[in-house]
Amino acid sequence: MTVMPEKKTENEEDAKAWREIKPEDVKKTILAKYPAKVARKRSKHFVINKKKDEQNYEEIQANVRTIPGIISQRGCCYAGCKGVVMGPTRDIINLTHGPIGCGFYSWLTRRNQTDPSTTPDGHNFMTYCFSTDMQDEEVIFGGEKKLAQAIQEAYDIFKPKMISVFSTCPIGLIGDDIHAVTRKMQEKLGITIFGFSCEGYKGVSQSAGHHVANNGLFKHVIGQDDTVGEGKYRVNLLGEYNIGGDEFIIDEIFEKCGIKIVSTFSGNSSVDHFRNSHTADLNLIMCHRSINYVADMMEEKYGIPWMKVNFLGAKATSASLRKIAQYYGDQELIDRVEAVIAEEMVAVEKAQADVRPRLEGKLAMMFVGGSRAHHYQELFSEMGMQTIAAGYEFAHRDDYEGRHVLPTIRVDADSRNIEELTVEKDPERYNPRIPEEELKAEERHGIKLKEYEGMMADMEEGFTYAIDDISQYETEKMIEIYKPAIFCAGIKEKYMVQKHGMPMKQLHSYDSGGPYAVYKGAINFYYEIDRMINSKVWGHIRAPWEESPELTAMYADE
Amino acid sequence: MLLRHTPKEIPERKALTVNPAKTCQPIGAMYASLGIHGCLPHSHGSQGCYAYHRSTLTRHYKEPVLAATSSFTEGASVFGGQANLLQAINNIFTIYDPEVIAVHTTCLSETIGDDIPQIFGKAESEGKIPEGKYVLHANTPSYVGSHVHGFANMTKAMVDYFATSNGHKEKCINLIPGWVEPSDMKEIKRIAAEMGVKSILFPDTENVLNGPQTGKFNMYPKGGVTIDQLKKTGSSRGTIALGRMTSGPAAKALDAKCKVPCEILDLPIGLKATDRFVDAMRKMAGVTVPDSLNLERGQMLDIITDMQAYFYHKKVALVGDPDQLEALTEFLVDIDMMPIHIVTGTKNKAFEKRIKELTADVPHEVNVKSGGDMFLFHQWIKNEPVDLMIGNTYVKYISKDEDIPFIRHGFPILDRIGHSYFPTVGYKGGMRLLEKILDALMDRQDRDATDITMELVM
Repeated sequence: MTVMPEKKTENEEDAKAWREIKPEDVKKTILAKYPAKVARKRSKHFVINKKKDEQNYEEIQANVRTIPGIISQRGCCYAGCKGVVMGPTRDIINLTHGPIGCGFYSWLTRRNQTDPSTTPDGHNFMTYCFSTDMQDEEVIFGGEKKLAQAIQEAYDIFKPKMISVFSTCPIGLIGDDIHAVTRKMQEKLGITIFGFSCEGYKGVSQSAGHHVANNGLFKHVIGQDDTVGEGKYRVNLLGEYNIGGDEFIIDEIFEKCGIKIVSTFSGNSSVDHFRNSHTADLNLIMCHRSINYVADMMEEKYGIPWMKVNFLGAKATSASLRKIAQYYGDQELIDRVEAVIAEEMVAVEKAQADVRPRLEGKLAMMFVGGSRAHHYQELFSEMGMQTIAAGYEFAHRDDYEGRHVLPTIRVDADSRNIEELTVEKDPERYNPRIPEEELKAEERHGIKLKEYEGMMADMEEGFTYAIDDISQYETEKMIEIYKPAIFCAGIKEKYMVQKHGMPMKQLHSYDSGGPYAVYKGAINFYYEIDRMINSKVWGHIRAPWEESPELTAMYADE
Repeated sequence: MLLRHTPKEIPERKALTVNPAKTCQPIGAMYASLGIHGCLPHSHGSQGCYAYHRSTLTRHYKEPVLAATSSFTEGASVFGGQANLLQAINNIFTIYDPEVIAVHTTCLSETIGDDIPQIFGKAESEGKIPEGKYVLHANTPSYVGSHVHGFANMTKAMVDYFATSNGHKEKCINLIPGWVEPSDMKEIKRIAAEMGVKSILFPDTENVLNGPQTGKFNMYPKGGVTIDQLKKTGSSRGTIALGRMTSGPAAKALDAKCKVPCEILDLPIGLKATDRFVDAMRKMAGVTVPDSLNLERGQMLDIITDMQAYFYHKKVALVGDPDQLEALTEFLVDIDMMPIHIVTGTKNKAFEKRIKELTADVPHEVNVKSGGDMFLFHQWIKNEPVDLMIGNTYVKYISKDEDIPFIRHGFPILDRIGHSYFPTVGYKGGMRLLEKILDALMDRQDRDATDITMELVM
């Protein structure tokens, strides 16, 4: 641990200064630059966080198409499907069907860690990139033959347990039937082979790809292996991607508490775990946006309830662990969880007390993903920092406003093209883990199931912003107006922000840091932010001659 | 083992690419576009393309990489992207106010068949392109060629759109640097200036993708070739194109369009290629080579003389892009090294022939493949190990598994800095390459030395 230089905090002044800025004026100023039509649209995404009645926050528009020409953070359906959800599973050959770029760019560029030593066969294909490298003749004459041949070659060389195929933009246009090809090859080779229609133009962001991936996993993988493993409290962890090793330390804490992770979707994950994930008692959701579909479907088909958890932030971690223990209602587990919390909090509190004087009252902004912009606010508030503006890149209204708005969300044409699976109770495997009444009431032992209140409920009212799919221009303006101590987003925003002479923390990839989950991770994060904000570098920007440009001394030869 | 599934045996593959040694055209076009001053590159396709290109270029340079997109949805994919591009042009000029928008296509818009000049015409007639502002485009279908072609196509588009002849032959030489780093572009300009040659270099990413920390973000940094300069390229005395694949097409287009004669040379990496560049410039501009360059050449040669023992007959494996690999191969042969495995992902007939010529005297069997991949590259190394590898960051996985030293060169370099600031072209760049080669080989020797064989003086 490095000792940071004593730095005077301008806490109270800072707090006062930003509260004097009128959010309504900020919004007006920012939107004024846009062409009228654009301004009207962006206005609905740019919301001042306020309750409009007891239960509801100001409605925010989300999960609608980005306006062409607006520099957005978003990526595509393929990125959400192949890159995010399917990518972190080590023992699947993920074969991209299309021109070379998509496969190339999604090759090892997310920091999902994996430990192949924990599955008996030791397979790990995450370091590889597989592509059909489609050429113009295949665009003209079709690429199905090449795809079938590529699957054959992948099988011959690597003998994997599973091959999945990802469609890129041109595939949908030329009409290659990847599902027919994969079905045929599955029959021929006798391993699991199936495809994802995740063409980049589908939906409006990565979000569509998450949904496509969830559907594929649910249809083709989950439920293939009924072996019930060891463990008294057996859970799946959903929406945890093991960036920088988060899953490893969540697993460590779970083990201490006596909770067994059957399968993580999808970080440090194996297709073997996916296959018998339906034998777990409970699904825990970290990233609500990317994976709630699987949880809903598993409940319907197998009777496994789900609850929202958050392991980012010490307080949130304790609350989540208590929720799990309460759900089971077993005193032994409740006591063990309390003991673990008490043990872990000692170091956490010490670290908080250490960093707070250097960080208290400082402002943060975070625009990232589909859940992290919410979860990381916990960590910042534990350092005494204030999140002034936050938003998601690809989330939906329920991630902002809470799941109670689900019935009021209009499904537009861009989302309608993503398949909604019809799920029924599995005649043999459906086994409600808790009494049907509780499943129906979505509540057990006072713990709410299937509930997520969204980001807005956790943000201060009146002064803070929820901004969906923030544009580069809006980012610039918000930085200019509020001069936050730190800005969090992704790699594309990183250096643009840092050129302002302020730190930028990546919350997709964690830069080169992590883990940040549970207690140890929280401590890592406090010191990471302390390092970034209080680094000496920010004091070096002005050269001495810029401070006093006038020459006052005599020349040496005078 | 990181690449634990790569077998030594090499079965024939007809359809499956594993660990590509290339990527797609649009990213090359985006990189070239950033070499125009005040330019916002624009990807005409779905959002994923520009997000991936911006991310990869950002990781390589650790600099802001701004670009826009037509944000295709399924509707645009069915009905064509005209409405999206028109709207994008209007929004970009209104909100982001660039001097010029450089549009490149994607596999999506190419499969649909969008006609960009026609859409530009419509934008023009609808008044969406403000006076004094420009648009240009290159067709960069991802299913043809590679990132190398994308760079070449956008560079050629700069000629097609802007070069005009004023009827005179001005005392100026066009320099097309090829896909090299901002530091290399700066070094090429410096060599020309050192020789007293007035030049226009395009594209020019110096001071765009290696900008300073000033505490102030400039969406359009100081660097880049201006549209005015691009116009003037049509009146230059001649063009020197460095890198036949990346710069050749633009040079030929200038010749055809404005009758500017060109010489197409290798990238000036290494001794002989730099010699040819300097000599060509000397003749074209009618100048003499200054002592300062002779000094640099001599210093480079001095390193080769002094350290010859460390280079001699060391086996090297190279993976990268054709222009780089041809120059590097010649250089390695010239310093008595043995490049024995050479792979590019970019398909190009002339490449294999050229490498065979360059390595004709190498006293070892030489494997060369255009349209290969890094899986094959790795397999070759498993069958015939080498002393050194040169390639992009992905080579580090092979390096760790096989315990072979490795120098980062090419694109992308995601895990080290330096390439944006320190050139590998010219004599100075050659010295840096030699230093890197020696550091890698000598660090290895030190690591492997026993208590008895450890050397203090090397």
